[in-house]
Amino acid sequence: MRSSDLGFRVAIGAFAAALLLIVIAIGVMLANDSWLSLQKFGLGFWRTSDWDPVAGEFGALPFIWGTLYSSVLALLIATPVSLGIAVFISELCPPWLRAPLIFLTELLAAIPSIVYGLWGIFVLVPVVRTVEVMMPESLRALPLFSGPPLSVGMLAAALILAVMVVPFTSAIAREVLKTVPETQREAAYALGATRFEAIRAAMFFARTGIVGAVMLGFGRALGETMAVTMVIGNNPQVTLSLFAPQYTMAAVIANEFTEAADVLYQSALIEIGLVLFVITLLVNVVSRGLIWSMARQVSPKTAVLVPRGVEA
Amino acid sequence: MTVSRTPAPRTILSALFVGACGLAVLLALVPLAFILFFVISQGVQSLSLDFFTHDPVPVGESGGGMANAIVGTLILTGLAAAMAVPIGILSGVYLSEYRGSRFASAVRFAADTLNGVPSIVIGVFAYAVVVLPLRHFSALAGGFALGVMMIPIIARTTEELLLLVPNALREGALALGATRARAVFSVIVPAALPGIITGVVLALARIAGETAPLLFTSFNNRFFTTSLTQPISSITVQVFTYAISPYEDWHRQAWAGALVLVTIVLICSMAARIAAARVARIRGQ
Repeated sequence: MRSSDLGFRVAIGAFAAALLLIVIAIGVMLANDSWLSLQKFGLGFWRTSDWDPVAGEFGALPFIWGTLYSSVLALLIATPVSLGIAVFISELCPPWLRAPLIFLTELLAAIPSIVYGLWGIFVLVPVVRTVEVMMPESLRALPLFSGPPLSVGMLAAALILAVMVVPFTSAIAREVLKTVPETQREAAYALGATRFEAIRAAMFFARTGIVGAVMLGFGRALGETMAVTMVIGNNPQVTLSLFAPQYTMAAVIANEFTEAADVLYQSALIEIGLVLFVITLLVNVVSRGLIWSMARQVSPKTAVLVPRGVEA
Repeated sequence: MTVSRTPAPRTILSALFVGACGLAVLLALVPLAFILFFVISQGVQSLSLDFFTHDPVPVGESGGGMANAIVGTLILTGLAAAMAVPIGILSGVYLSEYRGSRFASAVRFAADTLNGVPSIVIGVFAYAVVVLPLRHFSALAGGFALGVMMIPIIARTTEELLLLVPNALREGALALGATRARAVFSVIVPAALPGIITGVVLALARIAGETAPLLFTSFNNRFFTTSLTQPISSITVQVFTYAISPYEDWHRQAWAGALVLVTIVLICSMAARIAAARVARIRGQ
């Protein structure tokens, strides 16, 4: 290697190293700035539900509950829809329809979160309210639908999250289905399989990657901030009720960070950010690992892990 | 001879499945149609020339616009691009030129990780790195937060596009005695440049719509400013402030802001799509 080539490698390597440094720095800075809260409250921070900054009480259980609950609900709605879209685009639709459909789903992903939120407040929430009011009394006895119909709350948040996750999951599931060798489907058809049976075989072949795609969508839902903040009602409580206003980790940071006057309050919010960072990191690493192992299984040489999202 | 028979259950099941998949597509397109319909119909009603040329007016007075926020968004995205384009493109070059190395794998992993970090967490990070040392909110902090979000997108797009450049070009340059740097910057990157520019434009469109990382970095400002060390307004934060306010006038402004944001996204996506189709056609020949 020529010395100038080595110099070039080191020079652009330094820029690449910046990427690594940023990720490490995020972890270090968040841990450092939440140290006060980490030390003072320990694990109790995540086990108690009293959030009263004025009295100096910080219990973050409602936030982690709201984040997980809203994301799981969104996933329950979004997963069948996203997989249906992925299958339709990659296996069923006529070729001329493919590009327009991909464009439209990508558009759904490109709409800014704040626009979803605005639409949520003025269009979706009134609709949710109508549904809540129409709910028969007998069903209202269930814990799932208890509480007054306040219109803002978990239901609106889960619905809007589901809409936002669908384009993301379906794009990755589509990429995953693309890696299934054509021979798999041809073999199924040759054995007299119906379309459903052939696609089921392809999906079974791609199961690891599909689980990865769904998990990546979950990671996306966990960190979604603006749209959820605007429709979930921002009330820290742990309840199963879909009608109850609740709160998420991202939302409490968005709403309260600029108001956090004292150091402990701010430190507690940064700890919530730290935990959100760690959870999304784990979810991303596991799901990318799944997709990668699936791609490797198909073609061990060329697995550079391409599926990574809808952008580009 | 005609054989009439009822279809087998598995044929029916298959048809139902195909129908369900088609239904899933419709289910996703309904919200898209609703969102676009409301943003366009509400936005057009509230949009006027004043929106682009006037600053916000106090509650109660009619009129006013978001000139300060529009300039703010331009400054913030400009700062982000100034930071993310060099780092992103050069990292992408590294990832594609030295793709087998362990360091490249680590960087690729970091890029994908950073891509998955929630934007609100990036905001907290930018607060810790820029706002705390400077002791106040500033355009610089907001630009930094958006830049951090932009880097991994540009890096991975650049990598992917450089991998599409035929290896013969690289070998040809090296065979003529070019240094690696010369081969990269005079031959390989120019070959992929249209695609890279498209990727940068899409990344810009995406971060221009970000709100969460700006809430406590660039904050907000009722007044027109171009100072990089002062809090600065942005379309997204302004829309948020207006949307959660109780005033009719402000709601109208919020819809107008949303329309501007969606228009930016639409134009960029379409431009990117056209550019990509052109690149594909050139390649196909």
